[in-house]
Amino acid sequence: MIDVINLKKNFGDLEVLKGITTSIKPGEKVAIIGPSGSGKSTFLRCLNCMEDPTSGQVIFQGVDIADMRVNINIHRRHMGMVFQQFNLFNNKTVIDNIMLAPVTIALHDLRTKKIKNFFIRIRNLFAKNKKELFEINTTKAQIKAEAKENAMRLLKRIGLEDKANNYPSTLSGGQKQRVAIIRALAMNPKVMLFDEPTSALDPEMVGEVLDLIKQLADEGMTMVIVTHEMGFAREVATRVIFMDEGRIVEENTPEELFTNPQNIRTREFLSKVL
Amino acid sequence: MGSFGKKIEKFWDIFYYHDGYTKVVTGLYNTVYIAVVGLAIGIIIGTLIAIVEVIPKYKRLPRILNGFCRFYVGLFRGSPIVVQLLVAYYVILPLLGLNLPAINVCVLVFGFNSGAYVSEIMRGGILSVDVGQMEAGRALGLSYATTMMKIVVPQAVKNILPTLGNEFIALIKETSVVSFVGAADLYVAFSYIGSNSYEFMVPYLVMALIYIVLVMIIAFFVKMMERSLRKSDRRN
Ligand SMILES: Nc1ncnc2c1ncn2[C@@H]1O[C@H](COP(=O)(O)OP(=O)(O)OP(=O)(O)O)[C@@H](O)[C@H]1O
Ligand SMILES: [Mg+2]
Repeated sequence: MIDVINLKKNFGDLEVLKGITTSIKPGEKVAIIGPSGSGKSTFLRCLNCMEDPTSGQVIFQGVDIADMRVNINIHRRHMGMVFQQFNLFNNKTVIDNIMLAPVTIALHDLRTKKIKNFFIRIRNLFAKNKKELFEINTTKAQIKAEAKENAMRLLKRIGLEDKANNYPSTLSGGQKQRVAIIRALAMNPKVMLFDEPTSALDPEMVGEVLDLIKQLADEGMTMVIVTHEMGFAREVATRVIFMDEGRIVEENTPEELFTNPQNIRTREFLSKVL
Repeated sequence: MGSFGKKIEKFWDIFYYHDGYTKVVTGLYNTVYIAVVGLAIGIIIGTLIAIVEVIPKYKRLPRILNGFCRFYVGLFRGSPIVVQLLVAYYVILPLLGLNLPAINVCVLVFGFNSGAYVSEIMRGGILSVDVGQMEAGRALGLSYATTMMKIVVPQAVKNILPTLGNEFIALIKETSVVSFVGAADLYVAFSYIGSNSYEFMVPYLVMALIYIVLVMIIAFFVKMMERSLRKSDRRN
């Protein structure tokens, strides 16, 4: 699903990722662990080009999205991302947070099709070989209604349907993060990227967020998750990647990596955190 | 005191019986009109400039635009508004062969001028919005422009609302120079009353009061608006 080939990232003179090659298969749940500053977040953010890789390839569904010429927005629709700091839109209610992207993008596509059809019609007036019009089988109102229905279904799923019209500032941290997760889900992503989704939460709220992520994992969602929760990584991940100093030092199944680490640095790290 | 009573009588005579009040109403209307439309134009121009200034500058086009914006801001902040008015009305318009009413010229000059000031305010507002807001929008597949307009700018505007209110008040006060190019504002109206009654004390006193009340009313509305916008910050 995602093939990363010799990915490098510099911030100025600082080489943060020093050539990473790995691939993420459909249905995999990959946990990324490693010491602070080892480049975990940078690696994750390169997967959807929130950071533009300095060199190397990130091939997502057959397209190298690290290539600056591709329209990254189209590919990001299929990759959900969840941030440590939630990043809900402060000026939007909960339901508008969830609906914004699906509605904006669907309306944009609808408009584009209409404009294209307009030009095709004009062309067809003069040309002999008639071109077919794009099929338009939805309306503005329908797009909004469907997005709203979907958003309410997702809110019900996390038991927050009564908060639909509240602003994010009225939610607890755990509620915010769960809304952020379903906001990403509303785009029906093929893969979800999580960057320490529970690190900014009060301890009593960590559970509710991890439970939701676990549910997604059980439903077969492909995910990459940077985490400091070793217990969670062990339980949910199908593969654990240990990163240090901008490189993948070791990757393996959680049982193998946690009980029988091969590399000395992995061993050192695990002895500190376990 | 007797003489002051007489002055009021003279003022009232011209104000009420000789059409003074229609001039005052027109003047008041023009003053508010120039400030409101000027600020609206200023907000549009200022927002565009501010966005150009915060866009990442890897590519050539943003750099060229940025250079242009800096020139623009320098130009309008670097000279007094009276000078800008005079140059626009007596130099640029004739050179272009245009013949616009003075009031429209004032609206445009105040709009362009205010755009330069609003751009600085707006830039501060945009930078005060957490970068996470932009990242969240982009991660969902929204474009830079969409996220900017739907998420970042509304929050920036909310943050700078009191400052924009002050800009509006500053504009109201600055409009008192539009008579330099012949636009009829409050000053023109009260000078008319003064020169027809040979008495300037009361007219200018009333003019001062009108400006003060006007500014107080605007300050009140700015407060109200701020409060209603803040509802998204409150717990409920
Ligand atoms: N935008 C940036 N500009 C400059 N340097 C950066 C930037 N982002 C990250 N870095 C640097 O890159 C290195 C790796 O950062 P990164 O955030 O990827 O680490 P991390 O493994 O996620 O650490 P943590 O566990 O603390 O989140 C750090 O030295 C950091 O200071
Ligand atoms: Mg990190």
